[in-house]
Amino acid sequence: MFNYDPVLFSRILTGLTLFVHIIYATIGVGVPLIIALAEWIGIKRNDPHYLLMARRWARGFTVTVAVGVVTGTAIGLQLSLLWPNFMRVAGQAIALPLFMETFAFFVEAIFLGIYLYTWDRFKNRMVHFLLLIPVAIGSSASAFFITTVNAFMNAPRGFDMVEGQMTNIQPLLAMFNPAMPTKVSHVLVTAYVTSAFLLAAIAAIAAIAMLRGRNHTYYKKALRLTMTSALVFALASALIGDLSGKYLHEYQPEKLAAAEWHFETTDKASLILGGILTEENEVKFAIKIPFALSILAGSTPDTVVKGLNEVPPDELPPLRPTHYFFDSMVFIGIYLTLVALWYVIWQRRKRKTGKPISRMLLWAIVIGAPLAVMAIESGWMFAEIGRQPWILWKVMTVAEGATTSNHVDTMLWLFALLYAVLTLTAIRVLIRMFKDNPAEEEIAALGIEGGTKI
Amino acid sequence: MSYELLGITVLWIFLFGYLIVASIDFGAGFFSYVSSITGKRHIINNVIERYLSPVWEVTNVFLIFFYVGLVGFFPDAAYYYGTALLVPGSLATILLAIRGSYYAFSTYGFKNNRVYMFLYGVSGWLIPAALSTVLAVSEGGYITEQGGSITFAFGKLFTNIYPYSVILLALVSVLYISAMFLTYYAAKAEDSAALEVVRKYALFWSTPTILASLFVFYAIRGHNLDHFNNMVSNAWMFILSFLFFLIAVFCVWKRRNYGWAFACVVLQFGFAWFGYGKAHLPYVLYPYVNIHDSITNPSMATALIVVFILGLLILIPSLFLLLRLFLFDANYVKGNKTKA
Ligand code: HDD
Ligand code: HEM
Ligand code: HEM
Repeated sequence: MFNYDPVLFSRILTGLTLFVHIIYATIGVGVPLIIALAEWIGIKRNDPHYLLMARRWARGFTVTVAVGVVTGTAIGLQLSLLWPNFMRVAGQAIALPLFMETFAFFVEAIFLGIYLYTWDRFKNRMVHFLLLIPVAIGSSASAFFITTVNAFMNAPRGFDMVEGQMTNIQPLLAMFNPAMPTKVSHVLVTAYVTSAFLLAAIAAIAAIAMLRGRNHTYYKKALRLTMTSALVFALASALIGDLSGKYLHEYQPEKLAAAEWHFETTDKASLILGGILTEENEVKFAIKIPFALSILAGSTPDTVVKGLNEVPPDELPPLRPTHYFFDSMVFIGIYLTLVALWYVIWQRRKRKTGKPISRMLLWAIVIGAPLAVMAIESGWMFAEIGRQPWILWKVMTVAEGATTSNHVDTMLWLFALLYAVLTLTAIRVLIRMFKDNPAEEEIAALGIEGGTKI
Repeated sequence: MSYELLGITVLWIFLFGYLIVASIDFGAGFFSYVSSITGKRHIINNVIERYLSPVWEVTNVFLIFFYVGLVGFFPDAAYYYGTALLVPGSLATILLAIRGSYYAFSTYGFKNNRVYMFLYGVSGWLIPAALSTVLAVSEGGYITEQGGSITFAFGKLFTNIYPYSVILLALVSVLYISAMFLTYYAAKAEDSAALEVVRKYALFWSTPTILASLFVFYAIRGHNLDHFNNMVSNAWMFILSFLFFLIAVFCVWKRRNYGWAFACVVLQFGFAWFGYGKAHLPYVLYPYVNIHDSITNPSMATALIVVFILGLLILIPSLFLLLRLFLFDANYVKGNKTKA
């Protein structure tokens, strides 16, 4: 087909592993928080439905965690196996957050183990709830630490480069680089939105079936909890997404320009949605929103946005993927916000009108879940491809960082097979877990139908 | 103590922790599978499941910790091993992935599915063998650097006897350590039927373990004489290791002090492990990576050590809580449901 190029295959394999890992990692970051909300409400209101919700979600969560852990182990080892040169150089500066991440994993793993096996072990239910706090903190902390590493790759700080070696290293400066605040917060809140939508979709699917005769307040409560949190986090994602744009304008203008096909440096720059780019770098069929790019970059229409004309041609990131990935992410972000808003408005109106939830809204929620995952993937693709050709921005190129080893192609096929098998089995296990054991049966079995006390 | 010595000692301790907890875990998974073929599963499975279920994720973190720490303290190790070990490293990763996920699928999803049990039982047993080849590679002779490019003589792994000896030791000691632990756990659970089965496993695997250890001694002599001589000058550690082995097996054979017996197993492997490690120093990879030249910059080393100490302050109480709830809680171990 084409010549064997270890750099290319290393990129594909890294991208593939991260593509898979990020799905499970996002669930791992977001779901504990929402389980914690459910259990807390359940204890406070003494409502067994919420407690059962926490319990059911936690059961499914164990399965996704397992795949998250093994794909995370894979990406961790692949960092050295595929990018040995990068690790040798950058390891001098980024070892600290990577090392801290392992402590976060430790805490998460220990308390998750305890949490899962102590549902009925404590007289005071609050003790069991408290066990979840370290799990939620641990997983969010691991996202925090790993994302600082990625931020460092985008905005390397805290060292001097002398003859290909990093010297004069300041580990904390490397960690708290300019990309860190927006990146970390955006990754965290988008993980929360996505998890809220995933859990909402499970309830919505059951609720759609419910319109055909199954009717249970359990699902209504689940939807209310997840969709209300989804609205909060969706608004926060858009807000922090806006700040991320401002970060790019300050520090990585070529990424923003690539995403927006912004060729000439100007003020009053317009935002381009969709469209195609011709061979001559002309933008066609796009929707242009006047001033919007300047506002995204610097809050005022007068902000001068750097264009691609200022970027050396050999440092241009690929233009088409970055634009489309960026657009998908933003579109989906808007979609998720609108759906969550729709739900909350319906919820408020219902108190007066008593109108039941519409099927359309339920379907919109169901579709929101895979879309949210796609937004996460698009966001990462945009962020990573937009950094090309650099692995460490303006310090080391991707080609310099990669392994020289043979056989990366074979490993790629092996891992692709592995991830396909793991993901399919995980889906099978999850479907069986929720479908063969629906909540209303479990409620009936526990004898908590309609009641407030166990 | 210098940074590098402190760093490598900490990492070696964690790798030892992995060796013990992973052996227990992987061996138990293997026994669980084997017993399902021989029809003894109903006897021993309760004991195995009660211990394994809450701890499997923690086991994996020990390995991650070692690996991340190694790369952090000694970035050169990432470079040499990373370049050379793409294929074996990826295969070990795949085994780890199969073991971890199928264990969870089988425990939380499809209980008693033969295929899933086979996958996690057997992959777990092979992981220590796969990982131990890295120890063989670290002895030198497989990775060579010429003109700035690194080559790995993969085929040599199959033609030398040293790697075989290490793999053999890994395969049998996993079963031995695990059976010794399960004996202790079954005794604590007062499950005499299970105890009978696992005690037999423990006694059965003790002889191969000690024979395989001797074989490693013999093989390393032919492979890396320096290392062998260093080991001989630390002979007292290996002698102590052997004495603890004798005590452990004696106790189990006499059906007494199972707790102490397991403690002796830990000491047996501990002395051998640190004797081997001490003799290996200063090399992390003969002859390219040694801890003095490859240590990361001082400010990073300091930062890592500070974080390590702070991390331990969180980690030790948490681990203690885990052990207290699942290992030292008589009611849990016996399978009684009580509210604490
Ligand atoms: C549910 C997921 C999701 C949603 C709805 C959004 N994003 Fe996003 N975005 C991500 C998920 C994400 C991400 C996966 O988390 C990224 C990839 C890398 C990163 O730091 O976060 C990201 C990166 C990212 C970046 C690049 C940051 C960098 O490279 O340093 C920008 C400029 C934005 N986003 C902007 C937005 C805007 C203006 C949105 C408007 C609604 C938006 N995002 C919604
Ligand atoms: C978890 C979310 C992430 C996802 C989904 C993701 C996605 C990707 C993708 C798709 C690529 C291929 C890009 C291309 O071929 O142009 C890539 C490359 C890469 N990523 Fe990321 N990334 C993530 C986070 C990270 C983090 C946290 C790190 C560092 C610790 C990292 C390190 C790398 C490296 C080393 C490469 C190869 C070099 C490159 O192509 O830029 N990634 N990633
Ligand atoms: C190059 C990038 C990455 C590396 C090297 C990496 C490494 C790892 C490793 C080694 C594990 C397994 C830990 C264990 O044994 O418990 C893991 C799991 C996890 N990772 Fe990643 N990771 C990366 C990207 C990310 C990102 C971007 C996030 C968050 C947005 C993330 C969040 C998590 C979480 C929450 C877990 C725990 C497992 C789960 O709950 O699913 N990781 N990761």
